[in-house]
Amino acid sequence: MSLIIQAFAWIFNPIHYTTTALGTGIPDALTQHLILTGLSLAVAVVIGVPLGLFIGHTGRGRSVAIIASNAARALPSLGLLALLLVILPIVPWLPSNYLPNIIVFAVLGIPPLLAGAYSGLESVDRQTIDAARAIGMTEWQVLTKVEIPLGAGLLVGGLRSSVLQIIATVTISSLYGQVSLGTYIANGLAQHDYVQMTAGAILVAALALLADGILATIQRFVVPRGVSRGASKKRNTARGRGIAATPGKPIMEGN
Amino acid sequence: MNWGWIWANFFSGTDSNTGIWGLTLDHLSLSALPIVLGFLLSIPLGYWASRSRVARSVLLSVFSLLYTLPSLVLLVVVPVALGLAIINPANVIVALTIYALAIMLRSSTDAFMSVPADIREAARAIGFSSWQRFISVELPLAGPVLVAGIRVVSVSTVSLVTVGSFIGIDSLGNLFHEGNESAFPTEIWTGIVAVLVIAIVFDLIITTAGRILLPWNSRGSRRRAAKRELAEAVA
Repeated sequence: MSLIIQAFAWIFNPIHYTTTALGTGIPDALTQHLILTGLSLAVAVVIGVPLGLFIGHTGRGRSVAIIASNAARALPSLGLLALLLVILPIVPWLPSNYLPNIIVFAVLGIPPLLAGAYSGLESVDRQTIDAARAIGMTEWQVLTKVEIPLGAGLLVGGLRSSVLQIIATVTISSLYGQVSLGTYIANGLAQHDYVQMTAGAILVAALALLADGILATIQRFVVPRGVSRGASKKRNTARGRGIAATPGKPIMEGN
Repeated sequence: MNWGWIWANFFSGTDSNTGIWGLTLDHLSLSALPIVLGFLLSIPLGYWASRSRVARSVLLSVFSLLYTLPSLVLLVVVPVALGLAIINPANVIVALTIYALAIMLRSSTDAFMSVPADIREAARAIGFSSWQRFISVELPLAGPVLVAGIRVVSVSTVSLVTVGSFIGIDSLGNLFHEGNESAFPTEIWTGIVAVLVIAIVFDLIITTAGRILLPWNSRGSRRRAAKRELAEAVA
C-alpha cells in the first residue's frame, strides 16, 4: 500500500512536470499518448467505419468482419509492433517509430469499429428498413436517416472499445521506446524503480477510465429516445452472429 | 526467414536458454490456467448474477471497470496489490484470470438468463431439487453460450501472455523483444506464428469438447439459424 502512496507523491511532485535530460515530463508524455491515439484512431475510423457500414447495409462480406475481429484478438500486438519496428524503414519527416506504431495501433483499432458499425446496422429491425424503402427513401437515406441513428449505440460502442484498445497498445509500445505515459512503466521496470512504475500505471489507468467514461456518456446520448425505450425487449439481436454485442455495452476485444 | 536459426534454437538457445520449445511450454502453462480458472469461477458468479439484479449490476460493473485497464497496467498493479515479487509467474496468472473473468462473466450471466423461466418451473414441477435442476437442466441449456464465451477468452489470453515477458516472466513473448533488440525478423515471426498456433489448437480443443459434451448444440442451433434466415426471407 505504501507503494501506492509513494506513487501518488511521485505524480504530484512538480519535478515530474518538465521534460529534462533525465526524463519526459508528465504533460509531454500525455501529449504524445493523445497524439498517437488520435492519429491512429483517425486512420482506423476512416477505414473501419465505412467498411462496417457497407457490410451492415448490404449484408455482404459478413464473414470478413467476423474473421477480422477474431484474427485481431488472436494476433499478439507486441509481436506485431516488434516486427514492424524492425522491418519498416524510418520515415524522415515523421518522429522516429511513428509509422510502424501508428500502423499497428490502427490495425488493432479497426476490428472493434468494423464490428460496431456492422452489428449496429444488423440490430435494426428489418421491417423498419422495409418501411423506410416503402415510403420512397433512397438507399443513402435509409442508411443515414434510419440505420445509422438506430444503430448509433452499437456504433459508438465500437468506437469505445477501439479507443481503449489503442490506448492500451500505445502504453505497450513504450516497451519498445515510444514515449507515452507507458514510458514510466517501462522505465520503472527497467530501473527497478517500482514507485515510478506504479505512478505510470495509475496515470494510464486514469486516462483509460476517463476516456471510457466520456465515450460511455456520448453513447448514452446518441441513442434515439425511442430505441432506448424499446431496447430491453430485443437486447440480443446481434448475438449468435459471431460478434457478441449488446446495445449500450462495449464490444469486448483483447487489450 | 532464416530457417537454420529456428532449427538451431528449437530445443535450446534464446536468452532463456530453453529454446523455442521451452518457451512454448511456458506459454502453454501460463495461458491454460487463467482460461480454466476464468471459466470455473464464471459459472457460480454468472449464475448468481443471473438470479439477483443487485449482484448482476455490481459484478458486471466491477469487472468491466477492471477490463478497461490496459494489460501492462494490470500486470504491474497485481504484484503491488498482492505484495508479490514482480517476476512471480502468479502475477500473470492472476492478471489474466481477471481479464478472463471480465469477458466470461458477461457470457455466463447471459447464458443462465437465457434459460426460459417455464423450463425451470417445469424442472421444479417434476421434483428436481435446485442442485439437480442446475446440473441437469440449466447448465446444459447454458452450455452453448458458455462455449462461445470461453473461445473468446482463450484467444485473447493466449495473446496477452506475451506482455508478461516484459516484466521478466518467460513466454513466447521473449522472442518478440529479443528479435526486436537484435533486429532479427525471423525470431519475431517465429513467436507470432507459435502464438497463433497455440490459439488455434486451444480453439479446436474447446470446440471439440463442446461438441462432445453438448451433442444437441450444433444440430439444433444450425436448424434454428436456418429457420431464422427463412423467416427473414419471407418477412
